Amino acid sequence: MTEKLLFEVSRAGRAAFAQAPGVEIDLSAIPESLRRKDKPQLPEVSEMQAVRHFTRLSQLNFSIDTHFYPLGSCTMKYNPRACNKLAMLPQFLSRHPLAPESHSQGFLACMYDLQDILKNVTGMAAVSLTPMAGAQGEFAGVSMIQAYHKARGDLERTEILVPDAAHGTNPATAAMLGCTVREIPTNADGDVDVDALKAVVGPKTAGIMLTNPSTFGVFERRIKEIAGIVHDAGGLLYYDGANLNAILGKVRPGDMGFDVIHMNLHKTFSTPHGGGGPGAGAVGVSERLKPFMPIPVVGKDGDRYRWLTEQDLPQTIGRLSAWMGNAGVLLRAYIYARMLGREGMHRVAEFATLNANYLAARLAEKGFDLAFPKRRASHEFIVTLKKQKQEIELTATDVAKRLLDHGFHAPTVYFPLLVPECLLIEPTESEDRETLDAFVDALAAIWDEAKTDIAKVKGAPYTMPVRRLDDVRAARQLDLRYVPPAA
Amino acid sequence: MSKVPAELKYAKSHEWVKLESDGSVTVGITDFAQGSLGDLVFVETPAAGRKLGKEESCAVVESVKAASDVYAPIAGEVTANNAALGDSPEILNSDPYEGGWMWKMKPDNVADLDGLLDAAAYEDFLKTL
Repeated sequence: MTEKLLFEVSRAGRAAFAQAPGVEIDLSAIPESLRRKDKPQLPEVSEMQAVRHFTRLSQLNFSIDTHFYPLGSCTMKYNPRACNKLAMLPQFLSRHPLAPESHSQGFLACMYDLQDILKNVTGMAAVSLTPMAGAQGEFAGVSMIQAYHKARGDLERTEILVPDAAHGTNPATAAMLGCTVREIPTNADGDVDVDALKAVVGPKTAGIMLTNPSTFGVFERRIKEIAGIVHDAGGLLYYDGANLNAILGKVRPGDMGFDVIHMNLHKTFSTPHGGGGPGAGAVGVSERLKPFMPIPVVGKDGDRYRWLTEQDLPQTIGRLSAWMGNAGVLLRAYIYARMLGREGMHRVAEFATLNANYLAARLAEKGFDLAFPKRRASHEFIVTLKKQKQEIELTATDVAKRLLDHGFHAPTVYFPLLVPECLLIEPTESEDRETLDAFVDALAAIWDEAKTDIAKVKGAPYTMPVRRLDDVRAARQLDLRYVPPAA
Repeated sequence: MSKVPAELKYAKSHEWVKLESDGSVTVGITDFAQGSLGDLVFVETPAAGRKLGKEESCAVVESVKAASDVYAPIAGEVTANNAALGDSPEILNSDPYEGGWMWKMKPDNVADLDGLLDAAAYEDFLKTL
């Protein structure tokens, strides 16, 4: 790494005065006992040192703006600049969240329309935009399922069923809310094992959490049957929208029988994600969960838009944030949806699926093994390097690292856990054929290279600012804090 | 090939169980399990005194690839755990059947061991994976 830490270039007393507030902060309201005694140890650098440091760091990044980024199960796709630009209009940016409804009609109109668009795309009866991330969306979804059973006096339903191909966040959400998680296995074709489902479903079932298409990159074909089994047992169906990109407007979770869905608007609807946010995990609900939606929701009386609150939704699970979610992310989603229109939305799903199937077919042609060769890929698919590992010791990690030298970010590796040495590849709709072909060539070249010189591949990457890191040592000996060298 | 010692009993979730002369059992994860997980960076074992049901999730093994639960192969009460794994999880990679033992327990019913796989059956099971 050629870039030094700011701590290493720090000199006492150096500062960027132009950026400093230049006023003494009045701390008198904070009791003496609660004030820290030592000054925080922050680096002291000039303005240009700080600017250049962070600019250079940004240039070391692999990002969707600079490189193909086929990170499966995560939809790292291009976010049109226009969405960003329009969401940053001063009329939106300057609106205070406490501004009266009469001063917020433009923003409220956008949110009302976004609720409508998302209802349409997912086939749900109503949408609440307030959850501020996918995790909050899941939390809201399962909370609504619990509230529904409770309101009916059905207090024994404490189990959430989760197929093993579901997102890892699903069992985490259920556990967080005090439910017992029951895992449902997957059969060899990548579908939920319906017999196993029948065996565990019953009077304790609160609901099932499904991702469809699943993390295996295949569409759950027996979803109607699964919905019937769970509903007949008195449980509800939760749809994890992580893979919504694959089916946008083509197949609707509402039509599949789902009662609640969360959508990662920051994945599918044009907000850059990764790095921890901000996000938006809007939830859609079926008719029976409508009374429990998190507030605020935007309603309309005549031609006036207004916030719906506890008065309108007395059974609501409540608020998830001080205001109404991440307004900027929601605006980007609204603009993206309006730019695409209904037809455009369909094309997103079609091209995402076409690109994935093209890539899968080309890699199979080159001799790579697909985890589910008999299945059509959805927006993503899995290559397993089990054979390569057995024959020449080539692992998914080796391929991931060597891809960097070829100018590609690695796909997701070692997930889902059920497939050995796997690469989970999601090209998204925004890549052209030349890029996909170049990616196929790079994977084929790495395999070829490994046949003659496995040591070379195991030493990769060679062209990056850092070489292969010792991830085991990094995890065993955590080193998270800068400690100045002894003087 | 993964090592599968003949004298041990096995669960399909890749735990091994050893019956000791005093009637207690020692539990760990198999060579196949540690090989599949890769280099371990964190191991959590159940505390002594904890009562475990059969197939209850009671320990965690975490590698750079994944975190997995470990299940009690039979019901019983934990009598000891391997504290050395806390500081040196790598022992579980290098020596899964001896130094890498995870916990010892007093079975509710020693006959429960008969419900587990013997070495030959576990090896056959591994071939199906």
